[in-house]
Amino acid sequence: MFTTTIRTRRRPAARAAAALAAAALALTACSTIGDNEETSADSDSSAGTGGTPSGTVVLVTHDSFAVDKKLLADFEAESGLTVQTRAPGDAGTLVNQLVLTKESPLGDAVFGIDNSFASRALSADILQPYASPETPPPAAELAVDDSDRLTAVDYGDVCINIDRTWFAERDVPEPQTLEDLADPAYKDLLVVSNPATSSPGLAFLLATVDAFGTDGWLNYWAALRDNGVKVSDSWSDAYFVDFSGSQGKGPRPIVLSYASSPPFEADPEADEAPTRALLDTCFRQVEYAGVISGAENPEGAQALIDFMLSTRFQETIPNEMYMYPVSERAELPTAWARFGPLADKPFEVSADEIDANREEWIKQWTDTVVG
Amino acid sequence: MDRHRRRVGVALAGLVPMGFLGVFFAWPVASILARGLLVDGALDLGGFAEVFDSDRTWRIIGQTLAQSVAGTTLAVLLGVPGAYVLYRCRFPGRAVVRALVTVPFVLPTVVVGVAFRSLLVDGGALAFLDADGTFAAVVAALVFFNYAVVVRTVGAMWAHLDPRAEQAARALGASPARAFREVTLPALTPAIASAASLVFLFCATAFGTVLVLGGPAYGTVETEIWIQTTQFLDLRTAAVLSTVQLAVVTLSLTVSAWSRRRRETALRVQSDAETARPLRRADLPAVLVTAAVVLALLMAPLASLLAGSLRTPDGWGLHNFANLATSGQRSTAEPGLGVGLEVSVWQAALNSLRIAVDATWIAMVVGVLVCVLVTRRPHRPGARRALSVFDAVFMLPLGVSAVTVGFGFLITLDRPPLDLRSSVVLVPIAQAVVAVPLVIRTLLPVLRSIDERLREAAAVLGAGPARVFTAVDLPVLGRSLGLAVGFAFAVSLGEFGATSFLARPDRPTLPVVIFRLIGRPGADNLGMALAASVVLAAMTTLVIGLAERFRVHSAGAEV
Amino acid sequence: MTGHDGATGSGLELREVAVTFGATTAVDDVSLCIEPAEVVALLGPSGCGKSTLLRAVAGLEPTDRGTVRWAGTDLRGVPVHRRGFGLLFQDGQLFPHRDVAGNVEFGLRMAGVKRAGRQARVGELLELVGLSGRGGRRVASLSGGEQQRVALARSLAPRPRLLLLDEPLSALDRGLRERLATDLREILRRTSTTALYVTHDHDEAFTIADRVGVMDHGRLLQIAPAEQLWRRPADEQVAQFLGYDWFVPASALGAARPRGAGPDDVLGLRPESLVVDADGPIIGLVVDRHRTRGGTGLLVHIDGIGTVGARAPGTAVPGPAARVRLRLEPAVTAVLPPA
Repeated sequence: MFTTTIRTRRRPAARAAAALAAAALALTACSTIGDNEETSADSDSSAGTGGTPSGTVVLVTHDSFAVDKKLLADFEAESGLTVQTRAPGDAGTLVNQLVLTKESPLGDAVFGIDNSFASRALSADILQPYASPETPPPAAELAVDDSDRLTAVDYGDVCINIDRTWFAERDVPEPQTLEDLADPAYKDLLVVSNPATSSPGLAFLLATVDAFGTDGWLNYWAALRDNGVKVSDSWSDAYFVDFSGSQGKGPRPIVLSYASSPPFEADPEADEAPTRALLDTCFRQVEYAGVISGAENPEGAQALIDFMLSTRFQETIPNEMYMYPVSERAELPTAWARFGPLADKPFEVSADEIDANREEWIKQWTDTVVG
Repeated sequence: MDRHRRRVGVALAGLVPMGFLGVFFAWPVASILARGLLVDGALDLGGFAEVFDSDRTWRIIGQTLAQSVAGTTLAVLLGVPGAYVLYRCRFPGRAVVRALVTVPFVLPTVVVGVAFRSLLVDGGALAFLDADGTFAAVVAALVFFNYAVVVRTVGAMWAHLDPRAEQAARALGASPARAFREVTLPALTPAIASAASLVFLFCATAFGTVLVLGGPAYGTVETEIWIQTTQFLDLRTAAVLSTVQLAVVTLSLTVSAWSRRRRETALRVQSDAETARPLRRADLPAVLVTAAVVLALLMAPLASLLAGSLRTPDGWGLHNFANLATSGQRSTAEPGLGVGLEVSVWQAALNSLRIAVDATWIAMVVGVLVCVLVTRRPHRPGARRALSVFDAVFMLPLGVSAVTVGFGFLITLDRPPLDLRSSVVLVPIAQAVVAVPLVIRTLLPVLRSIDERLREAAAVLGAGPARVFTAVDLPVLGRSLGLAVGFAFAVSLGEFGATSFLARPDRPTLPVVIFRLIGRPGADNLGMALAASVVLAAMTTLVIGLAERFRVHSAGAEV
Repeated sequence: MTGHDGATGSGLELREVAVTFGATTAVDDVSLCIEPAEVVALLGPSGCGKSTLLRAVAGLEPTDRGTVRWAGTDLRGVPVHRRGFGLLFQDGQLFPHRDVAGNVEFGLRMAGVKRAGRQARVGELLELVGLSGRGGRRVASLSGGEQQRVALARSLAPRPRLLLLDEPLSALDRGLRERLATDLREILRRTSTTALYVTHDHDEAFTIADRVGVMDHGRLLQIAPAEQLWRRPADEQVAQFLGYDWFVPASALGAARPRGAGPDDVLGLRPESLVVDADGPIIGLVVDRHRTRGGTGLLVHIDGIGTVGARAPGTAVPGPAARVRLRLEPAVTAVLPPA
């Protein structure tokens, strides 16, 4: 350096500071902190005071939420809103976080509260009423109560899936009902996921509660345990590692999954999918949206809910989130229509009952099945 | 005047890390614990009685301790020969092996779980072990994740150790084993204790690993906290369990600090000198152990991962990798099936890298400041005692559940000027909180081994405190700084717990995307998840490889 | 450079300096002055506090009481790197990542000396310590003695106002130590360096220092010019540390009493103090004998004195139980004031 030969004495501290500053500058070029786009611009701009929504609307949702990008961009352009999403975890985490942050809400609208957590959301008073004019008729039937705080957006069935090829190859009749699963003919063939850590696991627990009653369901699980049920931690673990009908080619041909799973294993050209959901074993999950109490931009939240109920959004739900749209106007992908029928009479447990008993049931389940 | 300035300087150097830890760790955690333990402003300890009354609690604590002790012991026993082979011996491809060894450390547990279990279930390559869902499987996975921690922490120290002490012992008639046991091992004890305490913390707070490999029978304190907080919102029970966790962690840190202090003498270190030498016949046992661990324990699951990523419905191919660029999203107009990702895997990889850059420099600044402070020897005994707990305090984030910290963030950093909940800075900060302990544990043993008189020599010759650091500490740190950077970067790349709470869906990191992909049915999604994991592994290998080459040249070498 | 003007407050002045570590007092009210260009050695067993005192002067240990002044200015609050003192450790503590020249020029760089000036000074010092042309060597490739020379050059390079030497030669072997001690003495003289030299080796202290102080248990027992300390230690403790093993009343020797010793004085004897001499005035009985460098060592019993050591020239000396005549060697006999 030329300058250093002229200046005989530089303060080392100043030199170190200069080096640090230079390094920091260089780093910010490829960092996120140095990259301020959008964050500062839109954090202050909140709701318009009038009737027309504007500004930023924050959607709090679970980690399975997804939306077609182009569709969302269209919505933003039309409405003048900027949509920000936050997805802090699974459905349970979502509700619990909203309850915790009631004083300083995480956002304006919420999507992804399911029927197993709906009661908690309602009783914790984290939502404000909103009756969307867009609500399609069947959605109203799925409502938890008549307070208009939760609007059904999509639903799906958690069902036992079987690997049809496995049974065909061995000439074993396919199981059909919950009772069949406890039949020694199907010993060591079933894998389910843990209700304490996975949402389908909990749904299946609820299905057995509805099927066998509060006095009978634990006996059923004891029978399943004696028949060699395997419990994996998560859906992915059960489906991809243990289940023989998935890409993982595991050892067990009966797995707890969704009514919408078989379409994913099917060859679009084939007549039948290699796996099948047992429609007499299903529990119905409904996902709701709502406007968060104390939202900074309630109008924006309402507009967003209207959007989620619109046919164009509803039609993307199967591909984006693997659930069935509540709107009958929305057309299903052909593979779903062919390979993924829903149960006619799924098991159901009321939201209140779930909320009151969830912890106890999981505890009893753990004591019975895990020991 | 001058004395004042010096005090202010020290205070500032201490305030930066303390402030960082206070705002981004202590305050959130204390707040969430307070929600569970305070009823109407009064302390309610009834929860303790309730929780401790349950047999399940004790079983869970027992299991947590058992798997942590087993995992730590095995990781240390296998890791020390690994550190020797990879940091004390020279052979072609050493840099690659070093980087490969670190890969497991950053892989998302959910993917590793799939890779591990695919080998262990009936029909898998290792089905004959009959280990699926057993304690052994959990411990093996813990070692898989933590082997690198031991190898790197111990290796960083070993690479600096003056070989002459061992040579002297050999000349005095000690067999190689004896010389190792009586000379080298004691010298390495601080680093081994460091590594063991880290691994213990990682094992004790392991979450995904335990759930995936152990199944529901192997609950730990960490998994219980997760369930109580995210599923039941039972903050009371969660707070009690978090307190238990903190107690265990504090105990283990105390034990490790005690064992370190016993050995904490100025070791003779050589800074830049290459202490490694070519492999010899006598190295065979260490080489065999290391090769066995690397091949069987580390590479087998990774190979299963790689194979999975190359498997497609139509045979072998790069189909899954090609999909990574398409953001996994086929046209919705097509009646097919798609993946709901907001961004492509490559974009997520870019996010991960950028976030990791931030997390790394934050962790390095905080970590180096802590190390420098801790290695100064103040004259007042009070100050000395304060410093001795200072570095332990920075280990605590490793021992506290990510859920606790994540939920704590939500209820504390929620108001201006610190409404950071939606800010992009929170992710790198949260990752840095986890990376700082590793930076400290990598650098501290090396800094501690510098003879204090070397610093005094520089000071007497006219170097001020800052200059002493650049003239003495920094050159000796040399390569260890590179190791620390690599470590911090790897932690950031692989961090999932806190990131999953804080990352914005439009800017997910690679592990978050992998988690989402593997949560969907369909061969393509599993294939993409595995391919994305291979990308993550490759990125880690590359970054670590580069960081290993990085050195701080002696600051005095310029004009 | 300051000369021997001896003006008060021109050199180092310690007044009642104390350093404590918790309950232990390492340095206990030590007062001491060093004139410019004077070399003072502190002698004492290990753990006597001499090194702590040195470090306190350097500013590396805080003092609990007392003042350290240089040229009349109190150094309290002046940090180590602003004191302008040099420090030489027992094991050099060379910077391992710098070459020889890089080590020597370090202090000059800290002082902001330009490159040309540094190069000249480095060359000058390497020549002074006998290592001309070795500037590019890695320090790890040097022998112990060479390393210590480099360390000396490094500490002298910035022309310290005071050089502090902490057992600089004790890690070296005996022959080297003696040679280096002489060299050191010569270098300090030639550069008119003011120095405080800490050692446990008498020979070193007497070779190098103008004045020698003896410390024990944190206290400075006596400080005096080398010859005076040697001949007239203040008390038995000092004398004992200097190697005087036997103490006898001067009166017991009668006429053989050395000149300058009063009858009430005490004589400090070393093994060399009594020499076998056919004409000697003292009569002793040989108790034991052993070989020494250049002669034979004896233990003799002398009536009225007891058993003391003695020397005999050559090897043909009487064995046990023989009577021998002895003479006193005044040059190696200490005279102590009455106890």
